[in-house]
Amino acid sequence: MNNFQYARANDVADAIRLLAADPGAKLIAGGTNLIDLMKENVERPTRLIDISRLPLRKVEGTADGSLRIGALVPNSDLAYHPLIEQRYPLLASAILAGASAQLRNMASVGGNLMQRTRCAYFYDTATPCNKRHPGSGCSAMDGLNRNHAILGTSAACIATNPSDMSVALAALDALVHIAGPSGERTIALTDFHRVPGDKPHVDTNLGTGEIITAIELPPPGFAQNYSYLKIRDRMSYAFALVSVAAALELDGNAISGARVALGGVAHKPWRSLEAEAALRGQAATPDHFSHAADLLLQGATARSHNGFKVELARRAIVRTLTQAANATPQSQAHKKIA
Amino acid sequence: MNAYVGTPTSRVDGRAKVTGAAKYAGEFPADGLLHGFVVEASIPCGRIARLDTSTALQVEGVLDVLTHANRPPLADKDDSWKDEVAPEEGSPFRPLYDDTIKFNGQPIALVVAEDWETAKFAATLVRVEYEQHGFATDLEGERSNAAEKDKPHKPRGDAVAALAGAYVRHEADYVIPTEHHNPMELYATTAVWDSNGKLTIYDKTQGVQNVHKFLCGVFDKKPDDIRVVSPYVGGAFGSGLRPQYQVVLATLGALALKRSIRVVLTRQQMYGLGYRPMTIERVALGAKSDGTLDAVTHEAIAVTSRYEDFARNDTGWAEQLYKSPNSRFAHKLVHLDVSTPCDMRAPGAASGVCALECAMDELAVALKLDPVELRLKCYSDRDQSENLPYTSKQLRECYARGADAFGWSRRNPVPRSMRDGKELVGWGMATGVWEALQMPVAVRIALTSNGHAEVSCAASDIGTGTYTIVAQVAADALGLPIENISVRLADSTLPQAPVEGGSWMAASSAHAVLVAAEEVRKEVLGLAGKIPGSPLAGAELVDTVLTDGSIANASDNSRAVSIADAMRHGGVERIEKEKLNQFGEDKKHARNTHSAVFAEVKVDEELDVIRVTRVVSAVAAGRILNTKTGRSQIMGGVVWGIGMALQEETVMDHRFGRIMNANIAEYHIPVNADVHDIDVIFVDEPDAHINALGIKGLGEIGIVGVPAAIANAVYHATGKRIRRFPITLDKLLD
Ligand SMILES: Cc1cc2nc3c(=O)[nH]c(=O)nc-3n(C[C@H](O)[C@H](O)[C@H](O)COP(=O)(O)OP(=O)(O)OC[C@H]3O[C@@H](n4cnc5c(N)ncnc54)[C@H](O)[C@@H]3O)c2cc1C
Ligand code: SF4
Repeated sequence: MNNFQYARANDVADAIRLLAADPGAKLIAGGTNLIDLMKENVERPTRLIDISRLPLRKVEGTADGSLRIGALVPNSDLAYHPLIEQRYPLLASAILAGASAQLRNMASVGGNLMQRTRCAYFYDTATPCNKRHPGSGCSAMDGLNRNHAILGTSAACIATNPSDMSVALAALDALVHIAGPSGERTIALTDFHRVPGDKPHVDTNLGTGEIITAIELPPPGFAQNYSYLKIRDRMSYAFALVSVAAALELDGNAISGARVALGGVAHKPWRSLEAEAALRGQAATPDHFSHAADLLLQGATARSHNGFKVELARRAIVRTLTQAANATPQSQAHKKIA
Repeated sequence: MNAYVGTPTSRVDGRAKVTGAAKYAGEFPADGLLHGFVVEASIPCGRIARLDTSTALQVEGVLDVLTHANRPPLADKDDSWKDEVAPEEGSPFRPLYDDTIKFNGQPIALVVAEDWETAKFAATLVRVEYEQHGFATDLEGERSNAAEKDKPHKPRGDAVAALAGAYVRHEADYVIPTEHHNPMELYATTAVWDSNGKLTIYDKTQGVQNVHKFLCGVFDKKPDDIRVVSPYVGGAFGSGLRPQYQVVLATLGALALKRSIRVVLTRQQMYGLGYRPMTIERVALGAKSDGTLDAVTHEAIAVTSRYEDFARNDTGWAEQLYKSPNSRFAHKLVHLDVSTPCDMRAPGAASGVCALECAMDELAVALKLDPVELRLKCYSDRDQSENLPYTSKQLRECYARGADAFGWSRRNPVPRSMRDGKELVGWGMATGVWEALQMPVAVRIALTSNGHAEVSCAASDIGTGTYTIVAQVAADALGLPIENISVRLADSTLPQAPVEGGSWMAASSAHAVLVAAEEVRKEVLGLAGKIPGSPLAGAELVDTVLTDGSIANASDNSRAVSIADAMRHGGVERIEKEKLNQFGEDKKHARNTHSAVFAEVKVDEELDVIRVTRVVSAVAAGRILNTKTGRSQIMGGVVWGIGMALQEETVMDHRFGRIMNANIAEYHIPVNADVHDIDVIFVDEPDAHINALGIKGLGEIGIVGVPAAIANAVYHATGKRIRRFPITLDKLLD
């Protein structure tokens, strides 16, 4: 861990000013990801700007029927918030599928969106990694890549985004509110995270000096027919091999609206508008789910150890859509897969 | 004398542990305590070409950076570095000794600072340049370089010929990956320096006297110069049997700076020490059509370091379990550029029996025999390697009781035939076996006239419950309530004990308590007999017992004198006796514990997610001293077995020779959600031969057989035989 300065931001403007003053500064919220990376000397900020006391902790309805979630709402509070439980249970479920109770208590919404990949080489400064050290090479490409991406990869990086929450947010068409030196702006969550391309060191489209202030969830919330299914190497407290957020609007057995997002397979939550369009107007049957899975996984490519993810994702998509259609969402508390 | 022995007595140290009153090695305070942080090598093989500590030394608060170039003297003979459990062959690792790099993660410098954060920061400023040498870390890639260790079990008959002619033959490789212990407590040492230059070393260890002797050798000190203390250990599982390198570094730091110092390794750094070695276990079984065995061969190919030959008994277990006229065993080692492996719960057996029991399951399938029936057909009443009967062996009863509790008779033998909704159900079983070892241990008892006794011994309690069983046995032997017994352990100045390992400490410490208590009783009897009109005048020692705070005639407890009266009358305030217990040599019996493990898995048919929904473990291990701590011990073993079957694997990138999941987020062990019903059955196993109390020990037997039972259940559920552990879902998916 390097030596660093510490400053506490009093309000959002203060945070932006502090960020602008020091190009090596980093925001710290819950610290559950940043501190780990600092301990490994992967992140070496010159200054930590503590935003944990900023007044961004509210979950409130807006006039147009959306919900606005402050960037510092702890993951646990969000998952158990009555408005989220009632209107966006898919989000609650995805959050509860992640990390552990203790971590969720500390983790913030903004920090969760910004958490970095768990690629082992990214964490190990003794090995080459383009994301950590641009131009040094990608050790995972021909190395240990069992849990690496199969979609949207590049020749420079095959890392995945590890967030569960983001997968649900992608499926729910969430918006990310951002403030920065040149004012405020909003990005669709699906445009927030990037594919690695030739700049794998850039995870997101958050600009220099910008800060996430809130997430906005528009209607509909798909509170009737949804499910978040996370497949991992143990039943809890492990990152996804593959995860699926599925949300359906049903008219009888006919699908009138569908959203499917995948986690653990790409550098960002993965959606396919084509797959969702193909579901609309169809009966909620395994065949149609399977067809949607094919469309979602179009172009999937595997490296030496992660080929299984393609088939696993296919099956998980079908299962999750089935759970959603049957209104039997995956429980994150039961020790079994529904 | 049985108020406590055999009962579910709660841990006597439980309160101290849950309230935080119990102090661990990295928690002891000292005036002016310094902190050391380890700098590790990032290559697996070569030498340090340049080590620049100048920038680190400039950091405010840094006192020194110790390296091979500036450290205080260290012993230069291997003998001084060989601890009680060091491999016979080889040259033990010497931290900061010279510029050679033998493995990734090797300590190459210790940054010493006023506080831990400063030391950790300054450690990032130490610049190292290496001269890299060629290296190899991949066991499978180097398999052809395996060399046979010179101590294989005796071959019997002609196994090769018998296999060739067998009616049914099964032969396969089973691959067990490298695994790390990951005890909850980090590896830590606090070395407290006192003004006259003596050191008290608080260390995370399974053997304070082992560490004491080792440090005296390495630093050329007199026994009085160093004291090693380790009252509580937050799990060790074998990782604390040999002195860990941080104890050398902390002692070096204290000697160099003449100050107290603490060195705590990070979780990541702990992966640079010992581990369960990866093995390729090749098992071949040949059987007659009736299911009796003709031949068994078992060859293990295991990792060791370039500098020490670590080998354990992976292969000989069939000699204890299954009758076969022909057998052959071999243990081979592959020397790689890694640190030396070490003991990890049930070393040898956990891996070797896993392979053997998977192979037995495959043989049962080939013979169309029920797996339990096959084992009963091959059941051996004698240890075939020495051709000896057992002191006791109730394994048959384990099969029967375990099968009954599990409901085994309802098993449909056809793979994929049982299901529960979307899940395939699999039932598998396996046998477990371990040794019943016992070692010389000495105990001191100090009985005061108020009816309190202090029992002390250098043995460690690594979380297994030694404090509790020592208190139980002492309370019964002294006839006192357990509240009146205080137990002191794990101080190198206390009476002799070996490292706590091998499942030998329960029997060994319990019998040491008995012999010391007998000395106390002798003295009490002497005093009691002298009281005028004493009901015990002239009584023989063997005819007396200590009971209810008195010494009494064994067959007529009313003829008694209270301990308090006897001591008061004799003018004695305190009776202190120390005695070393040696077990008589018995070359006429084999000594083992056994278990039968039954496991149920449910496997999602589409997603291949595996859940271990039930485990029944029926254990025969002599007399159980404490059914509560004993049950916990077996449950812990079963949970670990679930991990070994499905999750645990230290993953290395052989291009770099580096472990890539050196943390417990990515190195998976079971979490609560992975654990369902675990039923522990202790089968009655009276044993009149092994020792006075009939105790065998429970430390390791709990894990043995569990991974195989689960693997066999996965086969039964899915029809897929996975021989490369852990069985992760990608291996089932097709
Ligand atoms: C052992 C372990 C297991 C885990 N398992 C899972 C899992 O299964 N699923 C899962 O989804 N997650 C998992 N996590 C990750 C966890 O969810 C994240 O660490 C957490 O969400 C990060 O939130 P934080 O507030 O602590 O972020 P911090 O660590 O404080 O910050 C993380 C990053 O976000 C930036 N940041 C924080 N707030 C803002 C803001 N408002 N605007 C702009 N930038 C900001 C920081 O500068 C930093 O770069 C796990 C973590 C651990 C340690
Ligand atoms: S996958 Fe990305 S993060 Fe991992 S080593 Fe390659 S470049 Fe680095």
